[in-house]
Amino acid sequence: MTKITFVEHNGKEHTVDVENDMTLMEAAVKNMVPGIDADCGGACACATCHVYVEPDWVEKTGDREETEEDMLDFAFDVQENSRLSCQIKISEALDGLVVKLPEKQF
Amino acid sequence: MSGDVITTDAVIIGGGPCGLFAIFELGLLDIKCHVVDILDKPGGQCAELYPEKPIYDIPALPEVSGQELTDRLMEQASPFDPQYHYSQMVTELIKHGDNDFELKTDGGMTFRAKVVVIAAGGGSFMPKKPPMPGIADFEDTSVFYSVREMEKFRGKDILIVGGGDSALDWVNNLQPIAKSMTLLHRRPEFRAAPDSVNKMRAIEDAGKMKFQLGQVTELLGDNGQLTGIKGKNKEGEFELACDTMLPFFGLTMKLGPVADWGLNLEENLIPVDTEKFETSVPGIFAIGDINNYPGKLKLILSGFHEAALMAQQAFRYINPGERLRFQYTTSSSSLQKKLGVK
Repeated sequence: MTKITFVEHNGKEHTVDVENDMTLMEAAVKNMVPGIDADCGGACACATCHVYVEPDWVEKTGDREETEEDMLDFAFDVQENSRLSCQIKISEALDGLVVKLPEKQF
Repeated sequence: MSGDVITTDAVIIGGGPCGLFAIFELGLLDIKCHVVDILDKPGGQCAELYPEKPIYDIPALPEVSGQELTDRLMEQASPFDPQYHYSQMVTELIKHGDNDFELKTDGGMTFRAKVVVIAAGGGSFMPKKPPMPGIADFEDTSVFYSVREMEKFRGKDILIVGGGDSALDWVNNLQPIAKSMTLLHRRPEFRAAPDSVNKMRAIEDAGKMKFQLGQVTELLGDNGQLTGIKGKNKEGEFELACDTMLPFFGLTMKLGPVADWGLNLEENLIPVDTEKFETSVPGIFAIGDINNYPGKLKLILSGFHEAALMAQQAFRYINPGERLRFQYTTSSSSLQKKLGVK
């Protein structure tokens, strides 16, 4: 199990224990973390699971692939540390990961 | 179109996989259908969200793309001559009596149907609205999420935001009639078709439009009249003057007018029974992702099953007193005749 913390836009924190190999988006949805809509259910096709990875974790969570970069065009206020959470796979290396959620997914 | 009332057996709201299969199941029972969908094409989420992504849990199709599934369902429904009405949303659903429903769309169409099948999935696909303070004040006066009439944009100082096909298409199409045209996008690459990007670049090279790298952060203006925006990029903040803004950030699903039709709703889903998949109003059915019942799974295959059972009850409403004989397509010559089997 890997510990992940989601921080809502209003500062409220949700720390959840997650099974490895699921995606960050699935971890949020399964634990009913508000603020991740995931319209398309993880197909990297909607940009409604946008998160900001805390700077210390950007390297560990890896680079955006091209489809994700393209899809981020449909997110709002995209920053250097923006990711679509359906494209981040949970592993032990991410134990303690902190991500912030945007105010709205649209 | 407006003024004419289309009279039919069934109106299906939503042309996703469940709506399309409902045409087939109703068709086997001689029930004629009209289908209304807000998208400009059939397939619902399969077509809009993941046309190229494979689906692995359709029985007997180990792997099928959203588009192929849609094409095959269209083909399967085609013997029943369904009428499709795209790019419009059913806005009103009024019950006039038992098995007498009136439906109106925002495209000006009116239907009179004996039964209604809501197969609206996650709701209507609507343009994403940037979550910016005060944007609602500018909507429909200075901020638009779609172009219905190009003439409305003649002589305007237009700012288009986004990098997809809609953004690039409208830059290219509106530039000739605009007073000025600016495209704002967060990166120098575009997901739009290369053709449209080349066209935009040519217009830019000719000095007829401006491309600005960055993202919008604030709207300027008052009383619904936009005067410009503030934006930011890696170099810092900037201002752009414009009187019209068109943000294109794709589509998202919203429940929409379904909530206003007097049906029981629970957490934006329509509760139904599991025998007929009927809503709290007799004659109005709900199938697919939009319904809920104990044990509901939001799978396409569940929607197919729901469509088959719904059709049985729809038949009883449309043919009161008539006995419904259960038949198999493998052996029934009457069903095969309807399907055009030679």
